[in-house]
Amino acid sequence: MAPPQAPSPTLLRVERMSMRFGGLTAVDDLSFDVRRGDITALIGPNGAGKTTVFNCITGFYKPTSGRISMAPDGAIDSAALDALTRSGARGGEGLHLLERMPDHEIARDARVARTFQNIRLFAGMTALENLIVAQHRPLMRASAFSLAGLIGAPSYRAAEQAARDKARDWLDRIGLTARADDPAGALPYGDQRRLEIARAMCADPVLLCLDEPAAGLNPRESAELNALLRSIRDDGTSLLLIEHDMSVVMEISDHVVVLDYGRKIADGAPAEIRADPSVIAAYLGVPDEEVAAVEQEIGA
Amino acid sequence: MAETSSVRAALADAARYGLIAGALAFPILALRVEPDFSNKLVLETRWSWMLGAAIAAFVIRLVLALAPARAARRTLATAVDAPSAGGKTATRAIAAFGLGLIVAWPLIVLFTFGPAGALKWIDNYGVQILIYVMLGWGLNIVVGLAGLLDLGYVAFYAVGAYAYALLATNYGVSFWLCLPLAGILAAFWGILLGFPVLRLRGDYLAIVTLAFGEIIRIVLVNFSALTNGDAGIASIPRVTFFGLPFIAGPKGFAAYFDIPFSPIHRVVFLYYLILALALVTSLVTLRLRRLPIGRAWEALREDEIACRSLGLDTTKIKLTAFALGAMFGGFAGAFFAVRQGFVSPSSFNFVESATILAIVVLGGRGSQIGVAAAAIAIVGGSELLRELDFLKQIFGDGFDPTQYRMLLVGLAMVVMMNWRPRGFVSSRTPTIFLGERKTIAADLVQEGRG
Ligand SMILES: Nc1ncnc2c1ncn2[C@@H]1O[C@H](COP(=O)(O)OP(=O)(O)OP(=O)(O)O)[C@@H](O)[C@H]1O
Ligand SMILES: [Mg+2]
Repeated sequence: MAPPQAPSPTLLRVERMSMRFGGLTAVDDLSFDVRRGDITALIGPNGAGKTTVFNCITGFYKPTSGRISMAPDGAIDSAALDALTRSGARGGEGLHLLERMPDHEIARDARVARTFQNIRLFAGMTALENLIVAQHRPLMRASAFSLAGLIGAPSYRAAEQAARDKARDWLDRIGLTARADDPAGALPYGDQRRLEIARAMCADPVLLCLDEPAAGLNPRESAELNALLRSIRDDGTSLLLIEHDMSVVMEISDHVVVLDYGRKIADGAPAEIRADPSVIAAYLGVPDEEVAAVEQEIGA
Repeated sequence: MAETSSVRAALADAARYGLIAGALAFPILALRVEPDFSNKLVLETRWSWMLGAAIAAFVIRLVLALAPARAARRTLATAVDAPSAGGKTATRAIAAFGLGLIVAWPLIVLFTFGPAGALKWIDNYGVQILIYVMLGWGLNIVVGLAGLLDLGYVAFYAVGAYAYALLATNYGVSFWLCLPLAGILAAFWGILLGFPVLRLRGDYLAIVTLAFGEIIRIVLVNFSALTNGDAGIASIPRVTFFGLPFIAGPKGFAAYFDIPFSPIHRVVFLYYLILALALVTSLVTLRLRRLPIGRAWEALREDEIACRSLGLDTTKIKLTAFALGAMFGGFAGAFFAVRQGFVSPSSFNFVESATILAIVVLGGRGSQIGVAAAAIAIVGGSELLRELDFLKQIFGDGFDPTQYRMLLVGLAMVVMMNWRPRGFVSSRTPTIFLGERKTIAADLVQEGRG
């Protein structure tokens, strides 16, 4: 682990966010920061509300209360943020209020991309096509809303070639070049997980949110995934990661937020989390074999 | 041992089917109420009919159970599902041959039947089928590519037809100017209707589009001041050969080209006109499929939530699909009006929408060749029923084969849903590839939930 340095600027800030479904409070008064260049892990037992937090950040749910702000190009500045909140606008000058934006605008303008706990690939389209669809925006602009594309203008051809090259690079990175022309739905599970990450990356995000990317992977695949996630971080995309596998969390994350019954019970560097008694207690509420596994991971 | 027991099981099974068929046939076939001379109702019984139905069900079931049909059917289905490289060139050859046949069709029938006999073959079997091919291809954008179930497509067909009818009769606007206008108007209505309904998904979308189709028809019936209500609009200006009318006089097409006048000229011209319109529909669709907008349609059909997570504005993408499909429906409508010379609301009822949708589903959502084949089968098939007059000699004079059209379409649907639930051509061709283009089997391709 690199020696501690001056904290990097805040990219995403969640403040006092709650999400209620009828009588059930899935997320309760949650606040945390995601810093640029970090891998931030969001952990917690089953049903703690992790996926709900993701759905609120990416606009699929509208939080019952709270503020979620994102500064894709700079840092979150509290004064500017308060001014923006009062103005009633969705965003401006490199600052976005995610709870006011529809989901696709969060992906497009605030540049937050995500994957899903149960994989959502375009199953009937090839691996390559999946990565091309993710580059819809630049391609659409290059095709002049299909007019230049219809007549096969050279500018569009060049853009499509660039999109294909980018997709090929990502297929190389995830080791799927040989299966580029196979339908995504026919790929093995582990490949689908990596393809979904590559697809999200093709949308050119600043923040990538991954919902249990290591679920169902074997140890070798899991190690490859860690390497992939680190390389994504080193290339300048920050990561927010939901993970059950403690070895993954402890190994790659720079910052950990622990959730239990929708409430934040700990927040800090992996070493601090490892020693936090409330975290250990929270994990004691889950089935025995998992506790044993967790205790082994965290060395308790 | 196993043989005899399976035969016995099959017999018992078939007997059960026979009994059920007989029971069903009792109220439907065996009992018949007819007025006698004094207009009193008398009950007739036709036990032979009921018996016939029961025996037919028994025999069919027995044959199905005993024949090794299941195994054969399975191998056939997989063989068609996974076209090899050879299969691909064969498909291309069939497409090329089919296109050649369609282009040459008027000439072929002209030589075979002469000008008088050919009229029916070009008009009923040519123009009529091609209208539905075009409508099928237009709806295919919405249903096949974008995965939005639209049960009111005929509304846009009606908008196109009335656009030409009204503009031409009231303001004398020429067909060639009306054609793009009809398309634009239909697309405009597509967007207008699309805005409120495209928030809905799946079954809800289907119901609301159905309602909109009916609303447009009812407006056409009741807005008599503009549309002349149920009576429709008659004497719409007929199609001209770029200004030359197809008439017998000295100013007509025949006189200009110094050939003897014949009504077949107009029909042949109409044939090539609708062929050109249909081909434009197909080419534009095939082209768009390879562009970002077309890929977005298909991605939308595959998974709408994933689309939104990638920053795709799904409302806009649905609207473009809806508007474009509507535009081609509008073109087809203008053609319909100029061909008939008469439009009335009864041409645009729900059965039309259902027929077009049946063509798309039967052909295979998303497939151009499949939809064309299904249009030929459904429209051509029901035209063929008119040719079956000789059956009257068997079933008596009251027998009208065309009355069985819907029954046969329904039967064809049931057979297809069992044999090829995804339509004639159900595999999908990728729009871009790195190594080689491999077709994608139907079971992976989603159908869309609106
Ligand atoms: N759309 C919804 N409607 C009602 N309740 C919901 C909804 N989504 C989530 N919940 C509830 O909110 C709570 C938190 O669920 P969530 O999926 O966020 O947990 P999680 O931490 O992701 O769990 P897991 O580790 O199993 O994925 C659960 O009790 C769940 O039943
Ligand atoms: Mg979850």
